[in-house]
Amino acid sequence: MSVEILETADADTPAGAPAIVEAGNPLGVEPADTAMPPMRPDLQLIADMIPPRCRVLDIGCDQGDLLAALWRSKAVDGRGMELSMAGVRACVRRGLSVVQGDADTDLMTYPDAAFDYAVLSQTLQAMRDPKEVLCQLVRIGRRAIVSFPNFGHWRVRWALMSTGRMPVTRHLQYSWYDTPNIHFCTIRDMDTLCADLGIVVERRIVLFGNGVARDLPLGWRANWLGRDAIFLLRHARGSGA
Amino acid sequence: MPMAQMDNQAVTPYGTDHLPCRRAVVATETPLVLDCGQTLSHIPVAYQTYGRLNADRTNAVLVCHALTGDQYLIEPHPMTGKEGWWIRMVGPGRPIDTDRYFVICANALGSCMGTLGPREVDPATGKPWGLRFPVITIADMVRVQALLMDHLGIERLACVIGGSMGGMQVLQWAVLFPDRVMSAIPIACAARHSAQNIAFHEVGRQAIMADPDWHGGDYLTNGAQPTRGLAVARMAAHITYLSETALHRKFGRRLQDRAALGFGFDADFRVESYLRHQGITFVDRFDANSYLYITRAMDYFDLAAEHGGVLTGAFRGSPVRFCLISFSSDWLFPTSEVRDIVHALNAVAADVSFVEIESDKGHDAFLLEEPELFAVVHGFLDGLAQHRRVAPL
Repeated sequence: MSVEILETADADTPAGAPAIVEAGNPLGVEPADTAMPPMRPDLQLIADMIPPRCRVLDIGCDQGDLLAALWRSKAVDGRGMELSMAGVRACVRRGLSVVQGDADTDLMTYPDAAFDYAVLSQTLQAMRDPKEVLCQLVRIGRRAIVSFPNFGHWRVRWALMSTGRMPVTRHLQYSWYDTPNIHFCTIRDMDTLCADLGIVVERRIVLFGNGVARDLPLGWRANWLGRDAIFLLRHARGSGA
Repeated sequence: MPMAQMDNQAVTPYGTDHLPCRRAVVATETPLVLDCGQTLSHIPVAYQTYGRLNADRTNAVLVCHALTGDQYLIEPHPMTGKEGWWIRMVGPGRPIDTDRYFVICANALGSCMGTLGPREVDPATGKPWGLRFPVITIADMVRVQALLMDHLGIERLACVIGGSMGGMQVLQWAVLFPDRVMSAIPIACAARHSAQNIAFHEVGRQAIMADPDWHGGDYLTNGAQPTRGLAVARMAAHITYLSETALHRKFGRRLQDRAALGFGFDADFRVESYLRHQGITFVDRFDANSYLYITRAMDYFDLAAEHGGVLTGAFRGSPVRFCLISFSSDWLFPTSEVRDIVHALNAVAADVSFVEIESDKGHDAFLLEEPELFAVVHGFLDGLAQHRRVAPL
């Protein structure tokens, strides 16, 4: 793969990959059912994966955008956990059921299979013990949905290779000394860890730099070209029904 | 005269009969069995209501008051003339909007503003109950409130809300009557009273009982009032309601009405003067024996105790939608204690929200101007209304 191709920012979608979702709102058309601003693309993908009227725990729910959307569009019985008090207050003010809590310590307070889906979006890399958090997710949720930035993306690899310094990209804007992201991984790393933990990867959605997303098998295309990934997981012993 | 005839009438010659409030008498058919094993019947309950009950009786909100609180949420206090204690929270357009909700606040059992307590007359003796009044618990207070709801024809409350001891009652409501409570907002409270809090209460009780005017609890029949003891109790307690930051900001080491230290034991410092004022004004409106009984009820509060010491057992299967609120500078009921309740609710996958509000005002923050508190309560109640409409609980 040549440097010229790598530097073409928006050319990293595999040919023929169907666009599942468009980032942003190029036509300026509001969604029909709501005046809310469009959600972060990975949150929209996660929302699409969750069936109506189920029970969802959103860990690291921030201002509650996903929970609010799930409630509005699917009458989902949603709960949230958020570390920042500002985020929690914003959620409760919106009428969402959210507790201030730390996923590293508080997930163990929930019983087994308490939720149909446990969602952890763009947060796993900030956990002190991501392995334990993954185990907790597939314990308290009959399924877990985990989205994370892929450190194996070509831009990250190129940044490290070309500059010899820890990558700072448009997507990962922190310097090494102030980043909350203390446990980066690649898509391949996540598959390996899941296999080690007896966790089944039911779906592996890869988001490309141009906002296009598609289901991909584990392989070089996913791990080189995916800027983010969303994994649908369940414990191997769970029925998955 | 028989208590049964006293509905809407004077309850006692000792000072609550003139209070402007609604009155009911509950436990008229069946006596209420208290946690201590004794029974009470024909229990007068003084309460206030605000707003209107809707046709299907689903918009009722019960406010539970704190240790020394009362039923006067909005209107000026009939004895002190001060504004209602939760005028910032309850009223038209307020977070608990009386244009939407029917708000009830009842004087707690054991208190002294018209509901049965040690100041009222024991029909068996014709004299004030004094220390012959049975020791009551938070659960007993809640059972009396539930009887009041029966009296008012309210089967299910949209919300029960309260701070401090009021928060304890809210939790107790959710545990005793989960099917009668749609949502619960316990504020600045705990699932059990801590050793430190029991210790502070004991200081207050000893101050009252050390006052010779207490007369073994029979001061009313002796024409006396243990005002010094009660004032000291209030002063000690009041410190626990504030924070060091708030005390420092408000008073620092500033002197009271003088330019230099007085080299005596007058109130040299403003903080002393303030505390003395708090103590003196308190005795005009509160009964010393009620203070003993209610602090005892709080000391005895331990929700987990009835469930083998495991708090989760108290909440198992609870359909109640909870919103717990703590304040960052509250050291009487610190956030860690509220978080314990949250963890217990998580363990039974209950529907729970939890917010710690940044404030340097200490425990009393729930009574003060805290916009974040109002925003959270307002948002939570709005969310409740949405959920009930779209997907009834």
